[in-house]
Amino acid sequence: MIAELGHFTLVLAMVVAFLQGTLPLWGAARRQAPLVELAPAAALLQFTLVTLAFLALLNAHLASDFSLAIVYQNSHSTKPLLYKFSGVWGNHEGSLVLWVWILALFGAAVALFGRNLPRPFKARVLAVQGLIGLGFLAFSLFTSNPFARLDPAPLDGLGLNPILQDPGLAFHPPMLYLGYVGFSTAYSFAMAALIEGRVDAGWARWVRPWTLAAWMALTLGIALGSWWAYYTLGWGGFWFWDPVENASFMPWLAGTALLHSAIVVEKRDTLKSWTILLAILTFSLALLGTFLVRSGVLTSVHAFATDPSRGVFVLALLGIAVGGSLALYAWRAPALQGGGAFAPVSREGALLLNNLLLATATATVLLGTLYPLLLDGLGGPKISVGPPFFNATFLPLMVPLLVALPAGSMIAWKRGDLPGVLSRLGLAAAGTVAVLLAAALLADTRSTLGLMGFAAGAWVLLGSLNELAVRAGFFQVHPARAWRRLKGLPRSAFSMSLAHMGLGVLILGITATATGQTERILAMRPGETVALAGYEVTLASVEQVQGPNYAARRGTFAVQRNGAPVTTVHSEKRFFPVESMPVTKPGIHSTLLRDLYFVLGDPNSDGAWAVRLYHNPLVFWMWGGAGLMGLAGLVSLTDRRLRVGAPVPARGSRAATA
Amino acid sequence: MRRLAMLLLALFLVAGPALGALSPDEELADPALEARARALSKELRCLVCQNQSIDDSDADLARDLRLIVRERLLAGEDESQIKAYLTERYGDFVLLTPPVRPATWALWFGPLLLLAGGGALCVVFLRRRRTGLVEPEPLGPDEQARLRALLAERGKETSP
Amino acid sequence: MSASAADRAGRRRLLFALPLLAFVGVGAFLALGLGRDPSQLPSALVGREAPDFALPPLEGRDEHGLSRADLGGGRPMLVNFWASWCVPCRVEHPILDRLARDGVTIQGVNHKDMPDKARAFLEELGDPYDLVGSDRQGRVSIDWGVYGVPETYLLDGQGRIRYRHVGPLQERDLKKLLPMLEEAR
Repeated sequence: MIAELGHFTLVLAMVVAFLQGTLPLWGAARRQAPLVELAPAAALLQFTLVTLAFLALLNAHLASDFSLAIVYQNSHSTKPLLYKFSGVWGNHEGSLVLWVWILALFGAAVALFGRNLPRPFKARVLAVQGLIGLGFLAFSLFTSNPFARLDPAPLDGLGLNPILQDPGLAFHPPMLYLGYVGFSTAYSFAMAALIEGRVDAGWARWVRPWTLAAWMALTLGIALGSWWAYYTLGWGGFWFWDPVENASFMPWLAGTALLHSAIVVEKRDTLKSWTILLAILTFSLALLGTFLVRSGVLTSVHAFATDPSRGVFVLALLGIAVGGSLALYAWRAPALQGGGAFAPVSREGALLLNNLLLATATATVLLGTLYPLLLDGLGGPKISVGPPFFNATFLPLMVPLLVALPAGSMIAWKRGDLPGVLSRLGLAAAGTVAVLLAAALLADTRSTLGLMGFAAGAWVLLGSLNELAVRAGFFQVHPARAWRRLKGLPRSAFSMSLAHMGLGVLILGITATATGQTERILAMRPGETVALAGYEVTLASVEQVQGPNYAARRGTFAVQRNGAPVTTVHSEKRFFPVESMPVTKPGIHSTLLRDLYFVLGDPNSDGAWAVRLYHNPLVFWMWGGAGLMGLAGLVSLTDRRLRVGAPVPARGSRAATA
Repeated sequence: MRRLAMLLLALFLVAGPALGALSPDEELADPALEARARALSKELRCLVCQNQSIDDSDADLARDLRLIVRERLLAGEDESQIKAYLTERYGDFVLLTPPVRPATWALWFGPLLLLAGGGALCVVFLRRRRTGLVEPEPLGPDEQARLRALLAERGKETSP
Repeated sequence: MSASAADRAGRRRLLFALPLLAFVGVGAFLALGLGRDPSQLPSALVGREAPDFALPPLEGRDEHGLSRADLGGGRPMLVNFWASWCVPCRVEHPILDRLARDGVTIQGVNHKDMPDKARAFLEELGDPYDLVGSDRQGRVSIDWGVYGVPETYLLDGQGRIRYRHVGPLQERDLKKLLPMLEEAR
């Protein structure tokens, strides 16, 4: 009964989405105030309805109602509560409902917090949001009904893939979707601006907080996924240039470019049509990410053929959303006129370079991800595009970006003084050289790529600290006064430095982990001790243990350093009887500087166990760096000037951040 | 993030003995040769997985291919010979780095072309922006005189 | 407006239409791939002679084994890679039985299997194979470019590989396979 109510509210939500997507557009064009006023009300109503549907689905999962097809297929009565919860979005149908719910959430947020938006503009933004919602609700209801019943109802479910039964993965999809769907607001703002034919600093100021919120969620979502891969997959890898990962990385790259270009629109009233294009492309890539991953098309175009109704729907939705917006762009964007003039060496020029490199990087990842499909579609040979390709094409694009970053974030608007900026970066340059020397002398690795990575990370991190210090005047005035000035800096200035520092920390972590890993793969008997990167690792015991819905073989490793105990780590190989699948849980001991990562494998014939032991330096820095970037987004969002829907400040108050 | 890979793996090899990726008994005694084997393994696709190298995969076929790589290295073959042996059987699909040939020109040179094209657009754009910036440097002598006069007048007005 | 200004405006319009054109182009290419047969995983060996190999017999079934010399010889045939531990093989087996009854020659390669289990499998589900070679190490399978069992290759009378089917053969695959067998004669 509750499921039918959920189904019904989802249908109602679709009707409301249709009204929200059409009437306000008409009203805004015809200046009919009642229809314009309808938009916020419809957005709130849609949110309420989708929330009810979502709760109905949640209820079915928590109550293990196996008469619902998706509960039967993805759940089991013995499954722990957390995964009954996360099981709602652990499948195609449920994840679509989550998608639509987050979309409605953002729509409602625009309706509530966008109070100072011009009424017709707000109506158009919400109408576009409504149209996106309409497409997705139709997709959900017509091809992927989450409330489909089974008759007769089975006694128990088939269980959830044990790989998905993990706290990291339970919250990875919602974060990712918050990011994906959050970019829909940037898209809607861009479409509304194209309809009105007007983009100005105010537009950029409205669109930035929404983009920032989405970017922040996507950053954390990707990091969460990467973290999950790291501690789940059993060989310490964290990024594989897998199509599924690329699908989330592309909107992140495009969204990062958008955040930077929107600053130029806000401050200097130029790069407008490019920013609009980026807003469209970012959300288009997010759509691609949602659809292609979920529909399995990234594995093979043939996935369409196995499920034609969904495939055709996906293609039609993508075609309308992306093709329609690009057509509107082709028609309306040429009329947008750019404003202020600037010299090539300037903040504008630096941000343009940033956009050129990020956009090319996005296109490169897109090309590498889709190329096998394209070639296959043309009847060409089947090829693989793997990590070596992405490393060879993506990393070189990042080199100039990272080299230019510290100077670019300090250079003046309009016409910059590059030698002056460089001379003020002397401290960071000296620090970078020191790090480079230390890395060359201390670290085991002498790979050029590794050294370049350390130098780039240090340069970005120290350069950002340097920038903050210069801005506060630490080299010119008394430290106490500089400290007061530092505290008085606007939060948006802090957030920029913080985000760049996070990037530097992230790069250091990635470089250290990727090039400085120590690995030992060997057979160990209980009681045996081996050396690993200065530690002594003993396989203390192997025993059978019982988990809530699995049985496991647990290996206990005792770690010592120079005879003094450091820690004890457990690695398990779990077997899930319902799903009939084994899952390996590595044992990990983390500190700020390194992870010890142990995996217990299978026994061999003479009583020894295959084990894999890793010493991974600076792993925490990767998660910490991503966390800093997310935190930077939060700091920026709390800036008074950027607060969602904050009033447009007077022109004079901008000088502080210039 | 390898949900898909795992699901695919589960679909493809329903049974088959469960093995860890690279197990200790596979390793070669000679560390230099073993290092070459590892490096080469990272370049070869586990065919039944999604974009996983045979070095990372615990699929049965990946293990066989790892053993073949090591046998052939021991027999004195070099990397390109082993790759040729595998592509003869599995096509270019087995190589994680697609070879440069007409069918992959767009893939390999596309990014460079995009960078060049985007760079050219940026240069055009920057030039236009700069022409807008041309500041009143080339003032004629009489203009300069007039400016001086105006400034002088203004100075009188505002000074106390 | 002068002619050159109109020209420039036209170029500007084209520039802004570029993203749309690129999207339509990529979309068209992707759409081209949709109509294609999903089960087809083209083999590097299609169009070439079957690789040279010689396999010992499946113990207890017969004494002959299977080698390159048994393939071709003027009649088209199927070469099926299978194992008793492979669940999809069980699914496709009735179809192989039927094909054999209809007079299609099927050679079997028993992939990484125990002889007694393989024999039990054939006793339980029927034995559609003309000859069966036992590939205990799986090396011959790799020479054929096999991804995993079951896989089925169609060879013409000269022993050239015409077609490869990955995964279990199903009723709907026969519509394609039977005419190809006919044609390979």
